[in-house]
Amino acid sequence: MTAAVDCRGVSVRFLSERRSVTALEDVSFEVAPGGFMSLLGPSGCGKSTLLRVVADLITPSEGSVSVLGTTPQEARRARALGFVFQDAALLPWRTALQNVELPLEVGGRRSLPQGAASPRELLKLVGLSGWENSYPHELSGGMRQRVAIARALLGGPRLLLMDEPFGALDEITRDRLNEELRRIWMETGATILFVTHSVYEAVYLADRVLALAAHPGRVAAMETIGLPRDRDLSIRDTPEFVAIAARMRAHLGHGAIH
Amino acid sequence: MTDLATHADIAAAPRASADRLRAEEEAFLASQRRDRLRRRILPAIGVASFILLWAALVTVFKVPPYVAPSPQAVVATLVARFDVLMANLLPTAIEAISGFLLGNLAAIVIATVFVHRKSLEQAFFPVVVLINTIPVVAKAPILVLLMGNGMEPKIAIAALICFFPTLVNMVRGLESVNPQALELMRVLSASNSEIFFKLRLMNALPYLFSALKIAASTAVIGAIVAEWIGSTTGIGALIIQSTYNFDSAMLYATVIVGSTFSVLFFLAITGLERLFVRWRPANAH
Ligand SMILES: Nc1ncnc2c1ncn2[C@@H]1O[C@H](COP(=O)(O)OP(=O)(O)OP(=O)(O)O)[C@@H](O)[C@H]1O
Ligand SMILES: [Mg+2]
Repeated sequence: MTAAVDCRGVSVRFLSERRSVTALEDVSFEVAPGGFMSLLGPSGCGKSTLLRVVADLITPSEGSVSVLGTTPQEARRARALGFVFQDAALLPWRTALQNVELPLEVGGRRSLPQGAASPRELLKLVGLSGWENSYPHELSGGMRQRVAIARALLGGPRLLLMDEPFGALDEITRDRLNEELRRIWMETGATILFVTHSVYEAVYLADRVLALAAHPGRVAAMETIGLPRDRDLSIRDTPEFVAIAARMRAHLGHGAIH
Repeated sequence: MTDLATHADIAAAPRASADRLRAEEEAFLASQRRDRLRRRILPAIGVASFILLWAALVTVFKVPPYVAPSPQAVVATLVARFDVLMANLLPTAIEAISGFLLGNLAAIVIATVFVHRKSLEQAFFPVVVLINTIPVVAKAPILVLLMGNGMEPKIAIAALICFFPTLVNMVRGLESVNPQALELMRVLSASNSEIFFKLRLMNALPYLFSALKIAASTAVIGAIVAEWIGSTTGIGALIIQSTYNFDSAMLYATVIVGSTFSVLFFLAITGLERLFVRWRPANAH
């Protein structure tokens, strides 16, 4: 089976007059189809950059990326990707439902693939039925993120890229959305690449965690999380979870010292 | 017995809280109504006391009518010469509205071009700024010389005066798009025209309307100032004539007609804004 995401020797440099930055250096990793991988690392280590490379928003300076067996560009054109941004990026003049429908109005798509969930069904999936006609400013931060997730799920993308989607939320809301995200992942069978700088979130959500170190951004460690597939938040209190989290923190600590 | 009483209490509890909620709602609505009424009445009281003060000053100090009229004289003139006032408002209104439409349309089109062709913006924006630094009173004679004494120079002045604020605001509105929303459009493989109509234009609407509201009053000012230069009809011409004739009541009546039109124009734009911009802009300004 070909990997859902396959990055080989990816480097990204941002050139500028004042100072050029090597955001990523020789990053290689694979995500299996249907896998859930967290990208964990300190601020500025290139997590968003890496996600943007996979989404064909940035072309890497070096290295190759394949997404779902083709180039990122082909995958993007085929609408195989869903992207959830850090600040939800909802259009304020559209209601929740109209925001979820946006992908059907641009990029030459007018209809959903056979069997794909409708915008209303997706709002229900993220727990927002009854809020279809609310404008973004009438929704809480957590609800806005859910709308953004529903929008990213429209058309049944096989790969979901999420850039710190819950970073701006309080812990209680974040916990609940973490649980919901795992449920959605298991229901849809999509591959998820999830950026976070919270060790707990990374370990709780994923079946594999890629830890990045900063300056330049590079792989610090890759860890397979041996926790049961059916888990709820209480797993965070088990000794296994605590041990994995401690190990991840150690990887990150090393990365910072180098 | 005690059991029953407790049951009744439990059943009554939610009803009591629902009653309380309803009572609170009613009180809230009543206070809203009072607020609304107060917002209407207070300005009316303000205007009325201003007019009273004006009337008192004119009577007490025996101000001669060629210096300042009494409010009664102004009202009398408004009524007696209503047809003359309206006949002169018409050309001014036509000039202001045509100038408004032309100037803003040009600004919107040029802003769109600037956003898509950065080099054009870099080349011509300084020219626009330069023209904008010339005061209206100086632009007016230049345009009258260029375009003659008809309505054209007045429309041109009104258009020019609208043009600049709308251009600046429109460019800002089209460009200040949430960068993540732009990335979203790219992830969705949206075309340039889709990005323009579904994202940039919608994002610019609140900016556009705040410029249009300014333009609604400045277009009228532009038309009036243009009429000061060798014109025989229009609010501007009437202002000049009544000043030369020391007809202060007519002067004041003319000014009132001009400002009333200006206010109505502004309110019409505000109404359109309410219709088109129903969301709260992300960066309210
Ligand atoms: N468009 C850009 N131009 C120049 N430099 C950039 C650009 N985007 C990112 N960088 C630089 O690349 C590095 C990595 O940035 P990136 O946004 O990927 O970090 P991050 O891990 O997502 O951080 P955070 O957790 O704060 O979001 C940073 O040093 C940043 O300054
Ligand atoms: Mg980031």
